[in-house]
Amino acid sequence: MEIVEILFTASFWAAAIRIASPLIFATLGEVICERAGVLNLGIEGIMVAGAFAGWMAVYSGTGLWVGVGVAMVVGMLFGLLHSALTVPFGLSQHVVGLGVTLLATSSTYYAYRLALPEVTSPPKIVAFQPFEISLLSEIPIVGEALFSQTPLTYLAFISVAVVAFILYRTPLGLAVRAAGENPNAVAAQGLSVTAIRMGAVIFGSGLMAVGGAFLTMSAFDSFFFEMVNGRGWICIALVVFGSWRPGKALLGAVLFAAFDALQIRVQQTSIGTAVPYQIFLMMPYILSILALVMMSRRAEIPAALMVPFNKGER
Amino acid sequence: MRLEPLTAPSIVRKVGFPIAALCGTVFIASMLAMLAGANPFSVLGLILKGAFGSQFALLETLNRATPLIFTGLAVAVAFRAKFWNIGAEAQLYAGALMTVLLGTGALPWPSIALLPLLALVAILAGALLLLVPAILKTRFGVDEVVTTLLFNFIFLLFISMLLEGPLKDPMGMGWPKSARLVQDARLPRIFESLRLHWGFGLALISAVGIWVIQTRSTLGYEMRAVGLNRQAAAFAGIPVNRVLLKTALLSGGLAALAGFSEVAGVKASLTLDLSPGYGYTGIIVAMLALLNPLGVVVAALFVAGIFVGADSMSRAANVPTYLADMMLAIALLLMVLAILLTRFRIVRD
Repeated sequence: MEIVEILFTASFWAAAIRIASPLIFATLGEVICERAGVLNLGIEGIMVAGAFAGWMAVYSGTGLWVGVGVAMVVGMLFGLLHSALTVPFGLSQHVVGLGVTLLATSSTYYAYRLALPEVTSPPKIVAFQPFEISLLSEIPIVGEALFSQTPLTYLAFISVAVVAFILYRTPLGLAVRAAGENPNAVAAQGLSVTAIRMGAVIFGSGLMAVGGAFLTMSAFDSFFFEMVNGRGWICIALVVFGSWRPGKALLGAVLFAAFDALQIRVQQTSIGTAVPYQIFLMMPYILSILALVMMSRRAEIPAALMVPFNKGER
Repeated sequence: MRLEPLTAPSIVRKVGFPIAALCGTVFIASMLAMLAGANPFSVLGLILKGAFGSQFALLETLNRATPLIFTGLAVAVAFRAKFWNIGAEAQLYAGALMTVLLGTGALPWPSIALLPLLALVAILAGALLLLVPAILKTRFGVDEVVTTLLFNFIFLLFISMLLEGPLKDPMGMGWPKSARLVQDARLPRIFESLRLHWGFGLALISAVGIWVIQTRSTLGYEMRAVGLNRQAAAFAGIPVNRVLLKTALLSGGLAALAGFSEVAGVKASLTLDLSPGYGYTGIIVAMLALLNPLGVVVAALFVAGIFVGADSMSRAANVPTYLADMMLAIALLLMVLAILLTRFRIVRD
């Protein structure tokens, strides 16, 4: 009974939207990469790097939005590295992706140790504060959940709309999607598959880093090791769950976050305390796998995903 | 630009690019160490000295290489068939779990019978754990990269649950730690006077065994065929799904041996920090070895050397230890690029 009551509180849905925000950014980034034909397993590490870069920038005295920009640029640099190796050279996207994750994670930790050699607990910054949109935020439950979030959350939702518009309504979006479906057709149009794919990976990686930055600049106000904790891998599952569509991916992220918010609350109920807490912590990962199993048959995977394109070769 | 395959790459190309990749790694690492205030010219020397400079250092490197040989083999076997097992970490813990379950006094057997049994049960556990993602892949077409990755998180939480529950050592002062293995479940040393256990021997034997399977058996041939071109393999009458399942069993079993060897050879009990990411590092080992099982041994020694050497260097020169992970990532990326350039030429158009 307690569980049903939880579902009707505004604070629960507000938490779900908050938990979903970093996932929305990163999933959107991965959707863009994969739509162009490149699987980006650098996502986990890029989120770590973004989380650190944005937070560190703000800690060193820049404004919050500049911090978001810094995170984005750092993510784009790792995207450049990833795409330079996987697109023109056509190297294994699995291996390069995992390599980028390892490099981004370790260089973040290295930079953290260099920047803050003496600290035992990481310093805090003044993070993004909730910004209530007047009138809208007064709608019961829905308004409180959706319109009393931090600006970064609004940006996440806006990004989905913008990316969806670009993907489906502009020539650029058509070129990106075609690069992931039929790169030969793109080349026949006189467009550069290499440029399109690299651009998509670089921009997508920037979004992933902003997703990471959400953790240190909005959800929390500090940087911890292991704070990304597999969220990037979950986003890879969310992309499949969302059938490579921005809107559906957003829906998947919110649904997933709702489950996550629910398990946190159930843990505190009488049922929850009787069950080992690890069971609850497992739930997000198990859910991701179940989602993959359910969606895998219906998923419309981009036809040229993970297929390198070498001009003049058929 | 585009890539043009070379029919007969010169020996300079074949040796030059990989060496350049290693030199590049050392160069970048030296620059990074300089950022931390160390003398860049001393970095390589300090790492080599720390990894191979004394008997103690060398044994430490060999011990550290042991689990990496197992996980490296696990990844190499799977990747050869293009089965992306990123879950060696979980399979390692599955092996460790079985070793602790049966090795802490449940079976009053002598060492000669108990150790093979423990190894076998560990292999089974790791194999079964990887069978789940493998079946999800062959049956439902679920990408194994994500499932094996997520399994790592799930299984570690499972281990954490056991260590705080039924497996918790009552004598453990409240730490989440299992009871200790009985003496008969401990792997003996290879030489009485040297701190090197038989897990290393088993790792070498496994590497040769896998090499034989890959080069001399039908299964090895089938795994390679499936990896090279799944459609063509199916067309040639190879049961692709069955080969993938067998690959998964073999790969999971190998990774589990890493857990068995770490528990029975080194730690004697199970804790949550048994593996500092040996499963993930196995991917680097396998790639540096070009998926060759004998190369895995060399690559594991190299990677273990970097870890041990960088540890000692970071103490000597006050550089954060994460430099070791960065070096490995850089080595991995440069090496895959170098290997490509040994076979292809870049043509401008």
